[in-house]
Amino acid sequence: MAFWRRNTFVEKERHVKANARDYNDKFSYADNRIKTSKYNIFTFLPINLFEQFQRVANAYFSVLFILQVIPEISSLSWFTTIVPLVLVLAITAIKDATDDYFRHKSDQQVNNRQSQVLIRGSLQNEKWMNVRVGDIIKLENNQFVAADILLLCSSEPYGLCYIETAELDGETNLKVRQALSVTSDLGDISKLMDFDGEVICEPPNNKLDKFTGTLYWRDNKYPLDNEKMLLRGCVLRNTEWCFGMVIFAGLQTKLMQNCGRTKFKRTSIDKLMNTLVLWIFALLICMGVILAIGNTIWESRVGRNFQVFLPWSEYQTSAVFSGFLTFWSYIIILNTVVPISLYVSVEVLRLGHSYFINWDRKMYYSQRDTAAEARTTTLNEELGQVEFIFSDKTGTLTQNIMVFSKCSINGQTYGDVYDEFDQKVEITEKTACVDFSFNPLCDRKFKFYDGSLIEAIKLEDPAVQEFFRLLALCHTVMPEEKSEGHLVYQAQSPDEGALVTAARNFGFVFRARTPETITLCEMGQAVTYQLLAILDFNNVRKRMSVIVRNPQGLIKLYSKGADTIIFDRLDPCSGDLMYTTSEHLNEFAGEGLRTLALAYKDLDEHYFEVWMKKLLFASTVIENREDHLAVLYEEIEQGLKLLGATAIEDKLQEGVPETIACLGLADIKIWVLTGDKLETAMNIGYSCNMLRDDMNEVFVISGHTLLEVQQQLRSAKEHILGLSRVSSAGDVEKTDMFAEDSVFEETIIAEYALVINGHSLAHALEPQLEHTLLDLACLCKTVICCRVTPMQKAQVVELVKRHKRAVTLAIGDGANDVSMIKTAHIGVGISGQEGMQAALASDYSFAQFRYLQRLLLVHGRWSYFRMCNFLCYFFYKNFAFTLVHFWYGFFCGFSAQTVYDQWFITLFNIVYTSLPVLAMGLFDQDVNDQNSLRYPSLYKPGQQNLLFNKRQFFMCTLQGMGTSFLLFFIPYGAFSVTVKEDGSNFSDQQAFAVTIATSLVIVASVQIGLETHYWTAVNHLFIWGSLTVYFAILFAMQSNGMFGIFPSNFPFIGTARNCLSEKSVWLVILLTTVVCVVPGLAVSFLRVDLFPTLTDKVRHLQQTTKRQGPQEQNLRRVRRTSSRRSAYAFSHQQGYGELITSGKNMRTSTVSSARSPQRTPHSSNWIENMLKRKNEVSCISV
Amino acid sequence: MMASSYNAKDEDGHITVSGPGGGTLRSKKPENTAFKQQRLPAWQPILTAGTVLPAFFIIGLIFIPIGIGLYVTSNNIKEFEVTLYDMSGPHQNPFRNCNNVFMYYGLSNFYQNHRRYVKSRDDSQLNGDLESLMKPSKECEPYAYHENKPIAPCGAIANSMFNDTLELFYNDPNGTKIQIPMTATGIAWWTDKHVKFRNPTDNANLTAVFQGTTKPVNWRRPVYELDTDPQNNGFINEDFIVWMRTAALPTFRKLYRIIPKKNSMVPTLLRGNYTLEVVYNYPVRSFEGRKRMILSTISWMGGKNPFLGIAYITVGSVCFFLGVVLLIIHHKYGNRNNSADIAN
Repeated sequence: MAFWRRNTFVEKERHVKANARDYNDKFSYADNRIKTSKYNIFTFLPINLFEQFQRVANAYFSVLFILQVIPEISSLSWFTTIVPLVLVLAITAIKDATDDYFRHKSDQQVNNRQSQVLIRGSLQNEKWMNVRVGDIIKLENNQFVAADILLLCSSEPYGLCYIETAELDGETNLKVRQALSVTSDLGDISKLMDFDGEVICEPPNNKLDKFTGTLYWRDNKYPLDNEKMLLRGCVLRNTEWCFGMVIFAGLQTKLMQNCGRTKFKRTSIDKLMNTLVLWIFALLICMGVILAIGNTIWESRVGRNFQVFLPWSEYQTSAVFSGFLTFWSYIIILNTVVPISLYVSVEVLRLGHSYFINWDRKMYYSQRDTAAEARTTTLNEELGQVEFIFSDKTGTLTQNIMVFSKCSINGQTYGDVYDEFDQKVEITEKTACVDFSFNPLCDRKFKFYDGSLIEAIKLEDPAVQEFFRLLALCHTVMPEEKSEGHLVYQAQSPDEGALVTAARNFGFVFRARTPETITLCEMGQAVTYQLLAILDFNNVRKRMSVIVRNPQGLIKLYSKGADTIIFDRLDPCSGDLMYTTSEHLNEFAGEGLRTLALAYKDLDEHYFEVWMKKLLFASTVIENREDHLAVLYEEIEQGLKLLGATAIEDKLQEGVPETIACLGLADIKIWVLTGDKLETAMNIGYSCNMLRDDMNEVFVISGHTLLEVQQQLRSAKEHILGLSRVSSAGDVEKTDMFAEDSVFEETIIAEYALVINGHSLAHALEPQLEHTLLDLACLCKTVICCRVTPMQKAQVVELVKRHKRAVTLAIGDGANDVSMIKTAHIGVGISGQEGMQAALASDYSFAQFRYLQRLLLVHGRWSYFRMCNFLCYFFYKNFAFTLVHFWYGFFCGFSAQTVYDQWFITLFNIVYTSLPVLAMGLFDQDVNDQNSLRYPSLYKPGQQNLLFNKRQFFMCTLQGMGTSFLLFFIPYGAFSVTVKEDGSNFSDQQAFAVTIATSLVIVASVQIGLETHYWTAVNHLFIWGSLTVYFAILFAMQSNGMFGIFPSNFPFIGTARNCLSEKSVWLVILLTTVVCVVPGLAVSFLRVDLFPTLTDKVRHLQQTTKRQGPQEQNLRRVRRTSSRRSAYAFSHQQGYGELITSGKNMRTSTVSSARSPQRTPHSSNWIENMLKRKNEVSCISV
Repeated sequence: MMASSYNAKDEDGHITVSGPGGGTLRSKKPENTAFKQQRLPAWQPILTAGTVLPAFFIIGLIFIPIGIGLYVTSNNIKEFEVTLYDMSGPHQNPFRNCNNVFMYYGLSNFYQNHRRYVKSRDDSQLNGDLESLMKPSKECEPYAYHENKPIAPCGAIANSMFNDTLELFYNDPNGTKIQIPMTATGIAWWTDKHVKFRNPTDNANLTAVFQGTTKPVNWRRPVYELDTDPQNNGFINEDFIVWMRTAALPTFRKLYRIIPKKNSMVPTLLRGNYTLEVVYNYPVRSFEGRKRMILSTISWMGGKNPFLGIAYITVGSVCFFLGVVLLIIHHKYGNRNNSADIAN
């Protein structure tokens, strides 16, 4: 990544000249090639080896190897270290090479995409990577933007174009970009050829919402801002073509700058392991020193005199020097306490766990044919320790589909399905939906289940008709009729789309619009309404209205908006209806639906004309035009007649509330970070049960200044602490001290929620406030951050990561979640949707939010459990194996003589004991998956880091040491005087070695048997197989044949035969095994019997139920219990009404004929207005 | 990684799911095998009082008898040990039985297990490799060459071979000393004698075979003069082989001679006084070593070894006792129905 940085100077200002490659080349800007791969064929070996040797373990083992080839201190044969080391390096290198190959491939794919570049007067197809800064490129509809470009002109009038920025910020509504008016008529090639403007602008940065620059052209200066830029990653929509000039390319584009560095993620177990390895290393040195001192003493007391039989070699000048050499010899011998196979085995386990995730059918989503995928194979056990989940909203919790689900028309609700006993029926996929075949223009994807509404339509109930007419007229949707009857709506917000689509299916098809007319197809008949005015939506008004003249010549005002707003403006005669509708609205809101109230009004011709004149006048006023218009709108939107209400479901993904509830039970805190609006976010919070009515308080932080935010945060915190202080009668003074105390946090039983706005978050994340924010957030059960930028998402994650020492998980689906996904310990992407960025940047990806439950509670828990057991056993095993040498040191003159055969040392870890422990690490299950999900509390030991920590490590090393002690001293006692049955002596070193080795292998196998909770056939095969293989290899290595071929490498010839045919040897082995195993067994039995953990209890239960046969499982369903009313919570922008009435967004041909002269003054300002308003929004929204 | 972000757009990447009938397109749905779904049938043992406590009792009940058996056997073995300082002198014979009696020599504080000592040998040479015979391995240094001739057998182990001779005489009551016949063969492992150690050639004339080599520095005689019996001479001399099998611990004994039984009626060693004559060649005083001579009979479990018997009895008793204690604890405090209160 850093390659391009090396040769660029620090850019202060960027100069780009159109169509002048030579000029632009001077600055050596980055080209549009992106490179995410690390190696090429030639650099692979050196770089990869260099990287690998940076790992402490590998470096350590190569140092050991070097020590081993020095003959004076070599206490082991060279092959004991080099064989495993080469194996490890090779496996890792192969894995790295494959990874990089795929990166190369994907880079290449992106770099080779085609785009049309204007070169030497003609459009030529060029690969993306050849596009350079200053080039003018042509984009076509639905194409990805290749680089950050300045929009010059487009197929649409006024140089408008539409883009979808889902990849960038996750918002799916279309956004408008407009070219400078001076460039918007450069529509053809020759004009573009001559364009030689120079842009001077800011250097590359990661701010998606800001761009400042100036265009110098024909001696004029034109200011440039973000509204004229198309950023890489956007998709051009609804625009046939457009031309743009490349400003930033490749790695300097805002998208790439926003991607953040790919950090190598390490799990906390990894870190702990590194610490422990250091400890072990220290222990190793200690033992080395002890034995070296022993050697010095021995050599000076005994060895000096023993020179008759064992003279000192020429280099061994003194006892001290001998001690020094012995130190290194013992370092070599005892190095197996940290065997290389530990690292390989851990990697293998993680890889295996990743495959189990990939193979899980319960995380496979058939509708999109997407299976879960573990993209990073090194994080699995961390999944069992997650404490914080940061979730995106749109596309993650919700499907981003708005569905017209219910309505209330004239006091009558529609949308529920009842069975013959008048019982409400749950709507499932099997429920028969209403047949819309009477309507040729219907949208086949639309589903509605209540047949009574269609009957009402067919009965031509006027209220119902008016209701749908309103829905078909009062909106800012653009229709597109690609072929006859094939309608596509371009809705600016999905809610509107849902409403208009509903009207369409119920026979009020919105077919076409011009600036002045709206054509409907009402129950098969084309009806054209004259559009007189659009009273646009804004955040204050929370409603929109249209005024139309129907074919009968009557003028009508149709209005839809937030219920409270509409109800205030109703005609008194609608009182009763308002009452019933209000009840229906409560009912809808209780189900988490978004509601709108609909009303209409008949207008008097004369009254309207007067009002219209006032409106025209007001729209020409320069000062306070907004306010004037607002007053006029208010004036006419009075005395409305209520029609009914709609209820739209912002469809949550399946199982979201259940998943959140379940994760909550596992003590996982879920924070929602969304770019969406406050209302929307809260609404979703309620519908997925994160916010509830019975919560003590929901704090909303929306201050605009640092002080305000500080004030709000403090008071919220004091509110919480104040209440609990009363209950806990604690100290009054140390409020802040309390908050630091995590124990205190848990004493707060009351439930709070925190909702914080993006602009407040910006202040709250500043260093002086971040602690307050974090404390408060951790006191609350639910935290929702809305209107946050991608970077803020990452900052929030970073904040928690930094201060809470907890494992964080971020889940999202869009490009705006990428930074958060990369920052968190674990990133999860929702895959299978259009934008794949999140999934590609993530560590795990799957199609549905609800799979998170299984990923964490089943796979994560198992992984953690297995990994911990694996590590405990592994350290135990190696201590037991290695420390025998330490004890032996005291009896062999501290000479670094090994107890075992060299081959046994080489093979012990990689052959004799590797597979059983791998099988345990791969297949072990303490509790099956159903119970893991049913008892989410089983997840808690992982969060508290209980299964493998320094204490556990200490315990298992202690056990290992004890075992090694017994392994040495029992045979020692037995061997000191023993002879064979035929009288010949066999208290020799080789027989001793074979006896201890055999005992060790048997003890290790018995121990793994005791640690294994889940004996599959594979476990049996590996455990029994390992024992068999041990004996087979033992006899093979000590056979006549092997000795005949390499007499000096296999000096143990015949030992096994002679030794293992002795009864007393077997008696020693039996004794050793029992003595080594029994204490551990007694301790674990006592622990289970006296202090059973939840796991033990569930295991017990699992076994008893298995014996009794499967019980029926009833899945708990979480019901929403909210009576909260949601209002016009659209991702709606104002300004679209004006856009329509001005006709600027219609095709030129239709507009030019229909434009009326008197409207010109009004409409000339619309773009300005809109952009001005948009800017207000964009400073917080993007 | 980010670069690949747009791949999703490539339509050719999309695969539509085909129905259960299965078209040509393969679904990504993982296979429903017990292995992949982690549903392998498995035995799930739990530590319960019902399994653990009986195990303790059984271990106790098995170990104690074994221990007693071992202890009794060991005690029945007659062993006679004499430290070889006081040379010869009459000793009472404790042996009554009619089996073979084994004569061992023991050394103390002798570090045959020292790393430099252990590796100071050349197994190829000892296996009769002619090349190694003339070119001993580096490991043998400083006992590889002497006066520019290769040493056979080379190395510190061979060099330090035990070379006292022990002879046992029966002090006949009538005053004559009768030498007890002892065999010097059959004291090494079969594998050592026949596989690991071989003379360079099967040539009977060992003198010629070892031509060009020299004897180890400490030795009085060359290797081909260790015995007169050609089957027990050179590298396959059993005294030599026994010595070359290095001891595991600094105090050890090695089999020296076997006093074969006469017949089943007459005791191998008659009741009476015996004299041990030692030709004292082997220096041990310099390193405070001790030499011993041991006479011993053996049993089904080898030589006298009280350790195993005592250890078995101890472990058996401890297990039994532990079983009782655990049973009491379990009955008093144990959670017999521990699944009843699972808090959710």
